[in-house]
Amino acid sequence: MFTPLVFASILPEILILVLGILILIFEPFWKEDQRRNVGWLTAGGLFIAMIVSLLFGRPGEAVTVLGGMIRFDWLGFFFKMLFMFAGAATALLLMDHDRAGHRGESYVLLLASLLGMNLMAVSSDLVMLYLAIETASIPLYVLSGFLLNDERSTEGGFKYLLFGTVASTIMLYGFSLLFGFSGTTNLSEIAAMFTTSNISPFVGFGVIILLAVGLGFKVSLVPFHFWAPDVYQGAPTPIAGYLSTASKAAGLAVVMRLFFAALPDFASTWTLIFAALAAITMTVGNLLALPQTNIKRLLAYSSVSHAGYALIGVVAFNQLGATSVVFYLAAYIVTNLLAFGLVMAFSRITGLEEITDYAGLSRRNPFMALMMLAAFLSLAGMPPFGGFVAKVFVFAAGVQAGYTWLVVVGIINSIIGVYYYLNVLKYVYLYRMPNEDEEQHPVPLTRPYTIALVVLTIGVILVGTVFAPWFGWASDGAFLLFN
Amino acid sequence: MNFPILSIITFLPIAAGVLILMMPAGRKNETRAVALAAATLDLLLSGWVYLQYLTQDMTGYQFIEQYNWLPQLGISLHFGVDGMSAPLVLLTGIVMFTGVLISWGDDNPHVMAGIQDRPREFFAFLFLLAGGVFGVFVSLDLFMLFFFYEIAVFPMYLLIAIWGWVKTREYAAMKLTLYLFIGSVVALVGALAMYWVQYQNTGVLSFDMLQMESAGFSVAFQNLWFLPVFLGFAVLGGIWPFHNWSPDGHVAAPTAVSMFHAGVLMKLGAFAALRVGVMLLPEGAKTWAPLIMGFAAIAVVYGAYIAFVQTDLKYMIGFSSVSHMGLVMLGISTLNATGLTGAGVQMFSHGVMTALFFAVTGMIYDRSHTRMIPELGGMMKVMPFAAVGFIIGGLVSMGMPGFSGFVAEFPIFMGVWQEQWLVAVIASISIVITAAYIMMNIRKVFFSPMPEHLEGHVGDVTVLDKVAIVTLCLFMVALGMFPSIMVPMVETGVGYIMNLLGGA
Repeated sequence: MFTPLVFASILPEILILVLGILILIFEPFWKEDQRRNVGWLTAGGLFIAMIVSLLFGRPGEAVTVLGGMIRFDWLGFFFKMLFMFAGAATALLLMDHDRAGHRGESYVLLLASLLGMNLMAVSSDLVMLYLAIETASIPLYVLSGFLLNDERSTEGGFKYLLFGTVASTIMLYGFSLLFGFSGTTNLSEIAAMFTTSNISPFVGFGVIILLAVGLGFKVSLVPFHFWAPDVYQGAPTPIAGYLSTASKAAGLAVVMRLFFAALPDFASTWTLIFAALAAITMTVGNLLALPQTNIKRLLAYSSVSHAGYALIGVVAFNQLGATSVVFYLAAYIVTNLLAFGLVMAFSRITGLEEITDYAGLSRRNPFMALMMLAAFLSLAGMPPFGGFVAKVFVFAAGVQAGYTWLVVVGIINSIIGVYYYLNVLKYVYLYRMPNEDEEQHPVPLTRPYTIALVVLTIGVILVGTVFAPWFGWASDGAFLLFN
Repeated sequence: MNFPILSIITFLPIAAGVLILMMPAGRKNETRAVALAAATLDLLLSGWVYLQYLTQDMTGYQFIEQYNWLPQLGISLHFGVDGMSAPLVLLTGIVMFTGVLISWGDDNPHVMAGIQDRPREFFAFLFLLAGGVFGVFVSLDLFMLFFFYEIAVFPMYLLIAIWGWVKTREYAAMKLTLYLFIGSVVALVGALAMYWVQYQNTGVLSFDMLQMESAGFSVAFQNLWFLPVFLGFAVLGGIWPFHNWSPDGHVAAPTAVSMFHAGVLMKLGAFAALRVGVMLLPEGAKTWAPLIMGFAAIAVVYGAYIAFVQTDLKYMIGFSSVSHMGLVMLGISTLNATGLTGAGVQMFSHGVMTALFFAVTGMIYDRSHTRMIPELGGMMKVMPFAAVGFIIGGLVSMGMPGFSGFVAEFPIFMGVWQEQWLVAVIASISIVITAAYIMMNIRKVFFSPMPEHLEGHVGDVTVLDKVAIVTLCLFMVALGMFPSIMVPMVETGVGYIMNLLGGA
């Protein structure tokens, strides 16, 4: 049963599990004021796990292992690396959070959800998929409500839990229908059984809707997005960043696996549903972001709209479309983590989260202002940052597949986006602190922030300029979805 | 593979910008020195490219460099210049050099000219912009053209919003950015459509514009996509009725940015509209040329008239830019060799001229703290150097023989006459209006008696300012006296375009 191949296929997960257990063992021996160092251990451990996996856990030909539960291929591997990178960055950003950073549980919960996401990206069986989604979600419910004596956090966590379970249940119902009609839980076997020739279009439509509702919640597509702003605002900021990046990317990975692998026969139905969802998600997300005054809520709505852009690649349902989704998610994860990291670093010193509070930042900390520039312009889709190429690829895929109207909707939305992202930069660069000398109010960065934010900024620029290697890997991964 | 001079020209400003950002914030003069050194080097390099092309090559695309960037999608870093783009590369070098000189300013607390607040960030953003502009002029790859085009657009927002005129900067900066962004994304959809249709026609996945020229786009396709692509770019060229952002942007921007904006960025729009719109979709261009010509003719006359009634010196120059860029568009819309040559020379001539205008206006404003023409006067006495520069610019603007403006405008009108004499007649009204407002303003600002409130407060310009003025004037006079240093070169570029348009 445990051949080297099987071992290699779940090597990252094994390492994450070992890391989590190590933390649980060692954490009690550390003194209270030393416990933030668990963050170093988590980030360093994940970094080592990434290197070890890259050396020994690379996939070759796509194979299915562990009794058909896991598909070992480049797509899953690429996503795993992305999630682990996001996890490491989140751990660093969490370290100096004054109410979560010194508690070992937060890191263990982070690792647990990371484990679930890694499995989400590789599941090739409905049972495994459902277990992975729950493994990823439950620790996140806890982490969202982690700040016990904070009303917003408790409310957000509880809201997330309630909506999350309802969405999971709906998705589970969809899974059970899939199983009922095809008699199997294996995704590729479902594709053979659940075809337009032996399933009525009405049933197909119903199943697709049920799945779309469940997954739409995870990815925060409109109209299943309403939890996102409250949860992001209440959760510890690094966790909000993690929710909006890794968790969302994992959801989209599942969308691609499930619909591309199991329901190719109903493509004409679900591409249309997703096209509509993408158009609504982009538009509503951007329009609701416009009036926001709180930066975390702004980023929440902006991340809703970004899920819509990424979905254009899913709708295209072709080689380039799948590649562009993966590329988009890579660029988006780096960018949004940077944005949330900066928000975290700023509010740690000042305790403030309104956009107006950022006035004078370019004088208080010029380098932080520059990183803010990189993050927000990348979100707006300006070169030389990652967001530009990512958007161009997604739009190119959309035009190729004949969804020019959807691309036009996307373009109108990116114009709206430019407006509110630049608006934030206006405060950072143009306005000054009222009646204060900025020199007297510096915003210093601690070492974990400096490391995480600088790495992420370099990442944002690298993804946007030297895009050939990332695109190559994304393309290798996407290639196997269609073969 | 030769010496990669075009890559160096393009990436040098960006590298210098990063270097400047690394310097300590307090070291203002060191920051400026590094900026000036980089700008000088870039001017010399672009001048060398220009001379090399003029004296030796004079045919097709030269200094070609090509590196695979993303082979799967056919994106490559493909650089090269021809007779059309080499003058614009030189122009960018000139404006970058003089822009840095002007921004050095004077930190005497009574004067405070130039950029005194955070010069480090200012030069870094300005150089990022310059790198983007160079990149567009030398790119032969459509994807890279967009890439650099966007890089050239967004620093404008910051440059105007942070260092601009307090009263209108937020509004103007946002308006400008949104206008330009809308234009470029509309053009982007057209570019993506071209890319996929080329793939269907030829089976080649490539953003290479030299290949796209022979992609065999159907006439219906060209007619459909020409307008979005051309107008999308022409927004940045200030074409009527999408010129609205431009005077506001000029006025709100700090001096060096106005120079860049009117001098180079508007050419970026016209050049990209020509390079992508006309050259890749020639049949579409033929269909829509009358419409473009109509828009351009309105811009020429309307711009000149609005400039005539302005009382703010900077608004006047801003609208005169709309009028002069209208001439460029008019030249492009003729689609004949004479008109296109005129358009090519006019891009260079207007770039230098308007940079000079904005530079002198900036010097006057920094010292007298007003730009309202009725409140100014007597500047000839206190800043004779700047006054002579402004007058030379004025003569260029009026199209006086012996100056570059004549060399540029005369062929444009000849070209238009060949296509539609009536438009030429209407457009030539603008020459009279231009002469009127230029001469009236020179009289009022420089030669009328100085108002009392300015007496004793306004000093002369600095040495660096004078160097900038001399540099700019030199090019305008040289081109006016010896058209052969540029016209034959532009003609080679036009010859290439005429081939694409099917002989004629």
